[in-house]
Amino acid sequence: MSIEEIDSTAVPGVVPPALGEELLSVEGLVKHFPIRKGLLQRQSGAVQAVDGLTFNVTRGETLSLVGESGCGKTTTGRLLTRLLEPTAGKIVFEGRDISHLSEGKMRPLRRDVQMIFQDPYGSLNPRHTVGKIIGAPYKLQNVKTEHGVKRAVQELLELVGLSPEHYNRYPHEFSGGQRQRIGIARTLALRPKLIVADEPVSALDVSIQAQVVNLLEDLQKEFDLTYVMIAHDLSVVRHVSDRVAVMYLGKIVEIADRVSLYEKPMHPYTVALLSAVPVPDTKRKGNVKRIRLEGDVPSPINPPPACRFHTRCWKAQDICKTTEPPLLQLAPGHQAACHFPENQPGGESTIPVSTAQAK
Amino acid sequence: MTENQDSVVQRVQRGEAFLDVRDLRVHFPTDDGLVKSVDGISFQLERGKTLGIVGESGSGKSVTSMAIMGLHGRGGARITGEIFLDGQDLVASTPEEVRLLRGKRMAMIFQDPLSAMHPFYTVGAQIVEAYRVHNQVTKKVARKHAIDMLDRVGIPQPDKRVDAYPHQFSGGMRQRAMIAMALSCDPDLLIADEPTTALDVTVQAQILDLIRDLQREFNSAVIIITHDLGVVAELADDIQVMYGGRAIEYGTAEDIFDSPQHPYTWGLLGSMPRIDRERTERLIPIKGTPPSLINIPQGCAFNPRCNYAHLNGGASETDRPELLDIGSGHKVACHLSPQQRQHAWETDIKPKL
Repeated sequence: MSIEEIDSTAVPGVVPPALGEELLSVEGLVKHFPIRKGLLQRQSGAVQAVDGLTFNVTRGETLSLVGESGCGKTTTGRLLTRLLEPTAGKIVFEGRDISHLSEGKMRPLRRDVQMIFQDPYGSLNPRHTVGKIIGAPYKLQNVKTEHGVKRAVQELLELVGLSPEHYNRYPHEFSGGQRQRIGIARTLALRPKLIVADEPVSALDVSIQAQVVNLLEDLQKEFDLTYVMIAHDLSVVRHVSDRVAVMYLGKIVEIADRVSLYEKPMHPYTVALLSAVPVPDTKRKGNVKRIRLEGDVPSPINPPPACRFHTRCWKAQDICKTTEPPLLQLAPGHQAACHFPENQPGGESTIPVSTAQAK
Repeated sequence: MTENQDSVVQRVQRGEAFLDVRDLRVHFPTDDGLVKSVDGISFQLERGKTLGIVGESGSGKSVTSMAIMGLHGRGGARITGEIFLDGQDLVASTPEEVRLLRGKRMAMIFQDPLSAMHPFYTVGAQIVEAYRVHNQVTKKVARKHAIDMLDRVGIPQPDKRVDAYPHQFSGGMRQRAMIAMALSCDPDLLIADEPTTALDVTVQAQILDLIRDLQREFNSAVIIITHDLGVVAELADDIQVMYGGRAIEYGTAEDIFDSPQHPYTWGLLGSMPRIDRERTERLIPIKGTPPSLINIPQGCAFNPRCNYAHLNGGASETDRPELLDIGSGHKVACHLSPQQRQHAWETDIKPKL
């Protein structure tokens, strides 16, 4: 497996971080979508889709963002790729602040930050051939390849497990899993450093899902890729991630490395999420101690004050309604935002055994 | 309904179980050829029991359920075989007769509640309509019943929400409203087609609990169609695994999860990451892609993707294996000998799951 080397440093003068060094850091990221009303289109409120995120991504790792629909995962992904401009906060990529770069200045950086989309049907132009779709990044970025674009595209097709003869075919001739591979090939064309994958496997069948997950892992090893994975399937997330950030209503409630998040979840919301995952084991049928959250996620237009989870939390007390818990480091590499966290080091757990611990 | 007078002979003729599907085939003639969406499946289901139908997209799961509900229309589909619902053959019945059963005796929960509900009518109006078709009651009584149903499925402030439109509900609430609609006439058979696929895990857990509770209360027969093995493990008593329009394995949930026999079932189990086990380095996917239903592979439909097809001396490519009982109701359609299957499961598959 090899693809043609192309000049990889898009921004001159920047030393790319080595493996394990910080590639991307996000500080206090906020995105509010205004709601306008009336003749004068006055702003009457805002959808607080993302409300103060702080995290970083080191080179070569996979960070997953999980949460229910409406928690702001996708918006975060779009902010990181700068498809949206943040309302406030800072996004630093390879030491450069990209939070308010203009479109023209952003363009060379698009080489380094790419996205894999959720819907393999909607994200490929039905009127373009596969060759044109995967070759587009070269054309847009004016990248010269050694043996021509066609050769480069065919190598990419082989890399993602398709046949080079597919060059002249159209997307409708492919199945969902194959289309997702085409999307991945396009993403890889410019040898990006950071890939934001928005639910890359959730539209695929189980057997195909495993193929694509394995492909993503192979590519990561081969090209030292860094993934920010947006997903809602907690079993898949556990398989692919190094670190996991759990989001609720626009905020990160817990962020930790995989093992400690799944084995010792601290935030009650994470505990509830993990206990809700259906497990393919008939012995558990009927005797699962499941934490059943009541109701739905509140609206992000008017989120609950202080701790946003207090309306659905079984541990909520008065302080949760008045003081917002900060995201604190409670164990090495494990941050959670809760006044009454579970599984604290040295502390007694008051919850039933979570799914991850049940063997 | 004359089931009370049915003699034993008649029971056998008119279906032994509450729902008895025999050799059901649903074919669609198209310009490109005959699409054999469902090609000969048989199963039985009693009241109070849950059958899970598992398979990938295009395996014929939904087409089966639509055939039972009589939703295919006479124009497009060619349906043969027999579907006995409490002794009445639905395939031989006229559309009008089936229409009278729909809602009252059998009801369906669809995957996408936003497109399955009418956007122009309030949720209440849609429940009331179905209820009044089957019950001679005034609008007022029907409305009260609708509010009761919404309350039963856990919708807050049902007396207000009854007048809301589907778009004013969130995804989970809409799915609940649809469950309320499906259950409004106490159906004996409930078919849930991917009821939780569009929902978040926390809401999924609520809906699955709801279906289980309601089944216990109404003692209805439930068919749950899904591609998520976790969901069937939680709900189903029996599981049918489908591939390329046919059942390739049938057994109790314990059989399917603890001693699966078909290589495709092994593939499904290996493909999914397990949250309750040690994390594995790699998933074991099934190679290739599901077959086109116009051009199903000769012999065993799974043979191009099967890692064990070469063990059968060419039989996989020429003969279609029948679904045969291997003991205590566990059926499998595979050419491998029981010893080969046992050996492959114990040595190749089980240690890696």
